[in-house]
Amino acid sequence: MAEAAQSAVPGAAQSAVPGGAQSAVPGAAQSAVPGGAQSAVPGAAQSAVPGPAQPAVPGPALSVELEQGAPIPLAARFDCGEGELLALVGPSGSGKTTILRAIAGLIRPQSGSVRANGAAWFDARTFLPPQARRVGLVFQHYALFPHLSASGNVQAALPPTLPRATRVSIARELIEFVHLGGLEDRLPRELSGGQQQRVALARALARDPQVLLLDEPFSAVDQVTRRRLQRELAQMRRRLKIPIVLVTHDLEEAASLADRMVVLHHGRTLQSGAPFDVLARPATVDIARLVDYRNLFTGRIAAHEPECTRLAWLDCLLEVPPAPAYAPGSEVSWGILPAHCILHRRDRPSRGEHENPVRGVIGEFVPFGENAAVTLHVDGRQDVELHFSVPTHVAARNGLEAGVEAVVSLLKQGIHLMPLAEGHHPVPVAGGHQPAPVAEGHQPAPVARVDPAARAR
Amino acid sequence: MDWAALLLSLQLAAATALLLLPVAVGLGHALAWRKFRGKSALEAVVALPLVLPPTVLGYYLLVTFAPTSALGQLYQQLFGTTLAFSFQGLLVASLIANLPFAVQPVQRGFEAIAPEVREAAWLCGMSRLRALWKIELPLAWPGLLTAAVLTFAHTLGEFGVVLMVGGNIPGETRTVAIAIYDRAQALDERAAGVMAATLLVLSFAAISLVYWLDRVRRRHG
Repeated sequence: MAEAAQSAVPGAAQSAVPGGAQSAVPGAAQSAVPGGAQSAVPGAAQSAVPGPAQPAVPGPALSVELEQGAPIPLAARFDCGEGELLALVGPSGSGKTTILRAIAGLIRPQSGSVRANGAAWFDARTFLPPQARRVGLVFQHYALFPHLSASGNVQAALPPTLPRATRVSIARELIEFVHLGGLEDRLPRELSGGQQQRVALARALARDPQVLLLDEPFSAVDQVTRRRLQRELAQMRRRLKIPIVLVTHDLEEAASLADRMVVLHHGRTLQSGAPFDVLARPATVDIARLVDYRNLFTGRIAAHEPECTRLAWLDCLLEVPPAPAYAPGSEVSWGILPAHCILHRRDRPSRGEHENPVRGVIGEFVPFGENAAVTLHVDGRQDVELHFSVPTHVAARNGLEAGVEAVVSLLKQGIHLMPLAEGHHPVPVAGGHQPAPVAEGHQPAPVARVDPAARAR
Repeated sequence: MDWAALLLSLQLAAATALLLLPVAVGLGHALAWRKFRGKSALEAVVALPLVLPPTVLGYYLLVTFAPTSALGQLYQQLFGTTLAFSFQGLLVASLIANLPFAVQPVQRGFEAIAPEVREAAWLCGMSRLRALWKIELPLAWPGLLTAAVLTFAHTLGEFGVVLMVGGNIPGETRTVAIAIYDRAQALDERAAGVMAATLLVLSFAAISLVYWLDRVRRRHG
């Protein structure tokens, strides 16, 4: 019945089909898909036929540029390509949701532009209301229509000009697409949080969106459901040929789901890039703090050598990847991810023992599941904490506990230099060494610390 | 029992409730969602009949309706009758006196809807009018019904404004409330008692309905 209705109004029904991929080849695509089941699936990947909705437009599928002084300051600029999943991350109040709302047309920023497939949704002369933007938004708390069934919620986003039977069948397909088949007639309050989230997603897709926006879509469900929904999104997005912008404050979520990550603070886009790059190589100390980079220190460039740059820090002279941009003698901020801090084992020597060994006293030792979180007071200094983790069994074998001395190698490739943080009170290089001469003097020795114990090892 | 008075009261109450509802939807919606200058002033004006002695409201309406006033003259030219001491005059007065009873429940009804739900409706492509019709009104209906019932019940019981503006013309402006007063003055205890009991029952039923609706609303929310 549904198929009959659909074929009865080919043009109309097609236009309601998200992605509209099939509309170029009405008969063919429809018959190729038994029961037209996939026809409601937005931008369905199986449509080998190039989508007609996207003519050869210059520029990215979504480009955003927002400037505003008040009420919420914004200075955001990013693009998102077709089929790309972009994560906007930042602490609460960093303007993530405001940016989504600006893309959706729910607020009008002071200036800037929002373009989808080259068409201006917002610029100096244009402001399309949300109704005129084909945008799907999944709200943090879903904002389902409480008086409408799951199917009714999805149908609400379909053009009312479609015959009822067509709307019902498209809604059913979308509800099946989000794995809720059979629950069409449930009211939102009769669905679990995770199910409501999927209805919200189906409703957003029913709009046939050119852009999909997800506002902390996994924050209101329990951990198990969150993991499952995240996996589903990871699978589902491969079938969506539209830009997807995900707002989250969960760095892990961003890293595991997104192709690209944009770090926001006070409405400002600070850095964008592949999640791993941003997390491992934040451009500034501020960004490093935002992405939970905990090992942040200040050192002084001692010298540049062909193979490496030498960094004076406390009593150590660290070997770091060549960084000719920083002048010798200048102070820099630097950091290292816990994963690049290797504990020297007592039971057997491991690789990298010669790389930047630093000695200290274990401050905190917190077994945390399979791994133990460890802080090392380097040189026994209470104000210098190096965070890393070791497998709990390794910790046990090495007699690791608070108060014990330990040596850790800082892997050269893991050391990341950043411009000195503004307003930073530099930690003086201990011993009042003039960095350059020290560097010369120690050049041959990879073990930089002037420490009898270290030499004795 | 003055059946003509009861019928008149019921007619007045029904007409007031019916005419006031669209006004209440417009005003309640604006007060619930829109930000505009003078919003507090508008809210105060709407609420004023709650605290103003009915005689004060009635007095000003009477002055406004008088054949010597601009409005009174205009009305007389258009319809050939006076607004004061007529059913039409009574109805206008009743509409004004009942503004808070109609507007406030509707406004609360709209305010109970999460802002994101309206926004979601727009993002579904619904125009503001369609969103109002398809999403907001169905969600705010307990508020609308409460407004209608409260307005109806309050109109049945209105005394001061009716007396000032309408007087006591049988079949034209004599409502049950006036008839009770009239009978009590005439020491017709039996007639006054029957009508008083009738109003008591009607009012109690109406107020019970309002509370029941409130419970329905909260269960929905």
